[in-house]
Amino acid sequence: MQISLAWLRSYVDPSINTDELVEQLTMAGLEIGSVEPAAAQFNGVVIGEVIAMQQHPDADRLRVCQVNVGTDEALQIVCGASNVRIGLKIPAALCGAVLPGDFKIKKSKLRGVESFGMLCSEKELGLAADAHGLMELADDAPVGVDIRDYLSLNDVILEVDLTPNRADCLCAEGLAREIAVLNKMNWSATAFNNSPVTHQDSLTVSVADTTACPRYLGRLITGINASAITPLWMQERLRRSGIRSLGPLIDVTNYVLIELGQPLHVFDADKLAGNISVRWAKAEESLSLLNNQVLTLNTESLVIADDAKVLALAGIMGGSETAVSEQTDSVFLECAFFAPLAIAGKARNFGLHTDSSHRFERGVDATLQTRAIERATQLIIEIAGGRVGPISEVTTKTTLPARIPILLRKQRILKTLGISLPDDQVIDIFQRLGMAIQTQSDHWLITPPGFRFDIAIEADLIEEIARIYGYNNLPSSSLLMRSELCTATEAILDIDRVKDLMVDRGYQEAITYSFVDEDIQQAIAPEMEVIRLKNPISSELAVMRTTLWCGLLKAALYNTNRQQNRVRLFETGLRFIKTDDTTHQQKMLSGLALGDVYSEQWGEQSRKVDFFDIKADVQAIFALTGCVAQFIPCPQPALHLGQSAKILSHDGETIGWLGMLHPVLEKKLGFDCPVFLFEMDQSLVLNKRIPVFKSLSKYPSVRRDLALIVKENIAANDIINCVINSAEATLQDAKVFDIYRGKGVEEGSKSVALCLTFQNTTQTLTDSEIDAIISKLLTLLAEKLNAKLRD
Amino acid sequence: MSAILEEILAQALKELATVSDLNQLDKVRVHYLGKKGLFTLQLKELGNLDPEQRRSVGQIINLAKEQLQQQLEACKERMEESALAARLASESIDVTLPGRGQSVAGLHPVTTTLRRISKIFASVGFTVVEGPEIEDDYHNFEALNIPAHHPARAMHDTFYFDAHTVLRTHTSPVQIRTMESEQPPLKVIAPGRVYRCDSDITHTPMFHQVEGFLVDTDVSFADLKGVIYEFLRAFFEKDIQVRFRPSYFPFTEPSAEVDIECVMCSGKGCRVCSQTGWLEVMGCGMIHPAVFKSVNIDSEKYSGFAFGMGVERLAMLRYGINDLRLFFENDLKFLEQFN
Repeated sequence: MQISLAWLRSYVDPSINTDELVEQLTMAGLEIGSVEPAAAQFNGVVIGEVIAMQQHPDADRLRVCQVNVGTDEALQIVCGASNVRIGLKIPAALCGAVLPGDFKIKKSKLRGVESFGMLCSEKELGLAADAHGLMELADDAPVGVDIRDYLSLNDVILEVDLTPNRADCLCAEGLAREIAVLNKMNWSATAFNNSPVTHQDSLTVSVADTTACPRYLGRLITGINASAITPLWMQERLRRSGIRSLGPLIDVTNYVLIELGQPLHVFDADKLAGNISVRWAKAEESLSLLNNQVLTLNTESLVIADDAKVLALAGIMGGSETAVSEQTDSVFLECAFFAPLAIAGKARNFGLHTDSSHRFERGVDATLQTRAIERATQLIIEIAGGRVGPISEVTTKTTLPARIPILLRKQRILKTLGISLPDDQVIDIFQRLGMAIQTQSDHWLITPPGFRFDIAIEADLIEEIARIYGYNNLPSSSLLMRSELCTATEAILDIDRVKDLMVDRGYQEAITYSFVDEDIQQAIAPEMEVIRLKNPISSELAVMRTTLWCGLLKAALYNTNRQQNRVRLFETGLRFIKTDDTTHQQKMLSGLALGDVYSEQWGEQSRKVDFFDIKADVQAIFALTGCVAQFIPCPQPALHLGQSAKILSHDGETIGWLGMLHPVLEKKLGFDCPVFLFEMDQSLVLNKRIPVFKSLSKYPSVRRDLALIVKENIAANDIINCVINSAEATLQDAKVFDIYRGKGVEEGSKSVALCLTFQNTTQTLTDSEIDAIISKLLTLLAEKLNAKLRD
Repeated sequence: MSAILEEILAQALKELATVSDLNQLDKVRVHYLGKKGLFTLQLKELGNLDPEQRRSVGQIINLAKEQLQQQLEACKERMEESALAARLASESIDVTLPGRGQSVAGLHPVTTTLRRISKIFASVGFTVVEGPEIEDDYHNFEALNIPAHHPARAMHDTFYFDAHTVLRTHTSPVQIRTMESEQPPLKVIAPGRVYRCDSDITHTPMFHQVEGFLVDTDVSFADLKGVIYEFLRAFFEKDIQVRFRPSYFPFTEPSAEVDIECVMCSGKGCRVCSQTGWLEVMGCGMIHPAVFKSVNIDSEKYSGFAFGMGVERLAMLRYGINDLRLFFENDLKFLEQFN
């Protein structure tokens, strides 16, 4: 909330400057977000009075005024404002004055008539964004006095960023009280005399739910002049709190809101039918609000009603039908205490947020209503006249917030804050905070005042001690804690190791949003059920990702659109999938590569990245875990049919996918080169094999190479598996070292060159033993895969 | 020395002078010193001399032979040297050309920052715990003492899936989940993604937080201050000023905001710190008794503190990044600056 510092200093004026006061409040938990001057810089403007006025001889819209500015002779000033008239008091900028925007006032001639200054509007003085005519000052404004002094413009506006617990500081008196506490000073609340009751008319008030509305006060004020002008001092204080003047009745309720923190409402009494009730709305009842919004109410809306209709949304906003206007003659002034729970969330349900709901939600002092209604009455009478009726009050004491004493143990202060404070210091702090204290041997019983809704338990009291004592004055200890040895899990590889590996292999880490464009995801993963946000920030960020590819593809496009022709990215994070109505949040590891396999360089022939490049990157991860993965051809909707592999663990679980982005998607998404992708489930890929030692053989190993002719549809892996599954004990390793197609190999077949390594742990293998093994293997390969030895 | 020997030696040395490679050198050696070489022949003829002469002539021949041998060796050495020099010259390369092969990339600055934070806390025994990002209302709000309609909910612009399911708005639910399943003493940090329905120049709908908490029998606000001071000094590698300001979070009491002296202007006041000289970097406080109650931990016996910090904010301050949105555009030109 915004407030004039001069106003606060009128209650309590510590001898510290603004910067120090701002620092003090901030460090007490009342953060000052900004300090702005109350008015723009200008000078040379005094209060003037128009004492004579003539039509300009050559301009219809100009008047030639004689203005008394407190000097011996009146000044002649030409003015074009429509509201200029004899007797009017206005701000007059003298020759030599400088107005906001560095606008210098000089003696000038307007259509041949000399003018020695300028009469000003609020806009010209920087006090309002726009204005209609001159700024009209009160009749008793002292002529010749500097307008800055008269309006106390050498003031600053504090923006106080209050946390939700400090509703007590949402008003001038609350802040003044806090300043007094912090500076160990006394302060006095606004003093005024209650207006005597001058008529006996009243409305009967009934409260249907006394828990929701423990206290309701109302009175009739009749014979009001609603077109009276709100005094400037009030307008100015309201302006400095960011509130526009809207006529004396509204201004007074707003003023008391800012002054005391009590929301009030005025109904035009002539538009009321019968008596007042506070009740829950009936379903489908409707209400047209002051802001012209028409609400359809429900049974959870607390309303103020008369015998015929709903008048207002209790504690939130009044209705337009019973709103006051300049013609209003009588008002029903309402001042209530609504329980926070009855108001909390209600405004938001209707998309509303008002000064009133803001305060009731957080808690208004339940002892304040009588004083507030009297203060508002006094101000209305003072400004707009009228006759005062008796107060109708419905108070249910049992439902008012109870002020229960709270136990505060001395030992608990030490335990929480790590400091032991002298008793009298603790007592002093609570006394200054307006709390009632009963002292016992090792504890206190402390009763918070009505305005402190945030003090309910012992920890709250300890926070108050810390806050007033000063957080920065509290001790700080170096960490003394129990330590325990941590476990070093070896069976799971740390994802950080994999990230480092990806980085070392040239993949840049990306972090993309967890929510993605539904259309793109639908194209990439059409088979997945999506989890949709109810209130997405935009349609491009509307569904939770079922694959990290959505984000990586978008990031890759962002870069290819910015002249990057080589992109290698990886990301780790959750994907969100739904199966059988259950949400699964799985940690994934995904990568993308496109463009040249190496960044442009002199030493390597330029070559585009292909399937086997990223397969090598994926296999490098398995090299870290020591686990064997299988890559089997398998179609995947996002991937090229002939270049996609499902990655399986050795016991057949699907770890993930690897392949080329489907050419249709490549085109659809806007890529102009092949894109390679992989994605794996972290919980499976990070399983690490704990090594088991095998004794080393002293005998030499023997290598035999075989060139086998097989049909094209036989995968390299089939051959390797066939050899490995032969259960030949001396076979140490089997790998493919060449694939040949062409002369000497018939169309539809290929030659696969295998390298086999044999070793025995107990003796040297003889040629004849190896020949026997090879011949056994060749028989097996011929049987299973129809493989023939190449001639 | 006989004239004939002198002539042979002179001839040999003359031939040696014209030799240009090892091959020719070898020919010279064979021609004079080989089995049928001229010196060898001379030695063979010694047999025809009388024993007296044989000795002195033999000596002379050997002397000449040795002389030639030395010359041959020297010549060979010279030739090998120059051959090596020629080879080295022919094999020389431009060492200023870059090395070949795959380039190394880098981690995202958020990851780097998270790792530094984790490392600092791990050094005093904090363990890293993670939690779900799609979270239920209970763990994200209720158990943290934020009931429905609590004004503090307005501080969190929450993404909803349905009335009870949200994207977590902070990493604090991990505090609840950990305390539900484990008993004190606890020393935990919980890094991760969090979400708020807000997007403008200073807000992204997703960002990262690190929640940390410590629960034990005698933990005080003084311990919290100590940990935060030491963490911030370790993180910024500098003895920076730190201040604690009273604040409000429903799940801690007392609560504090932590400010550090502006790292851009060293506290003098600049645009980054809105001329205040201070930067808000984290929130913290003593765990609220209501939170302990919701996880059945006896707040009379145990006490604890919790803190939460924005990772992007710390990364921005550490590396001087001026636009939050850059973190999630994944522009290589941005990311590569942190390699």
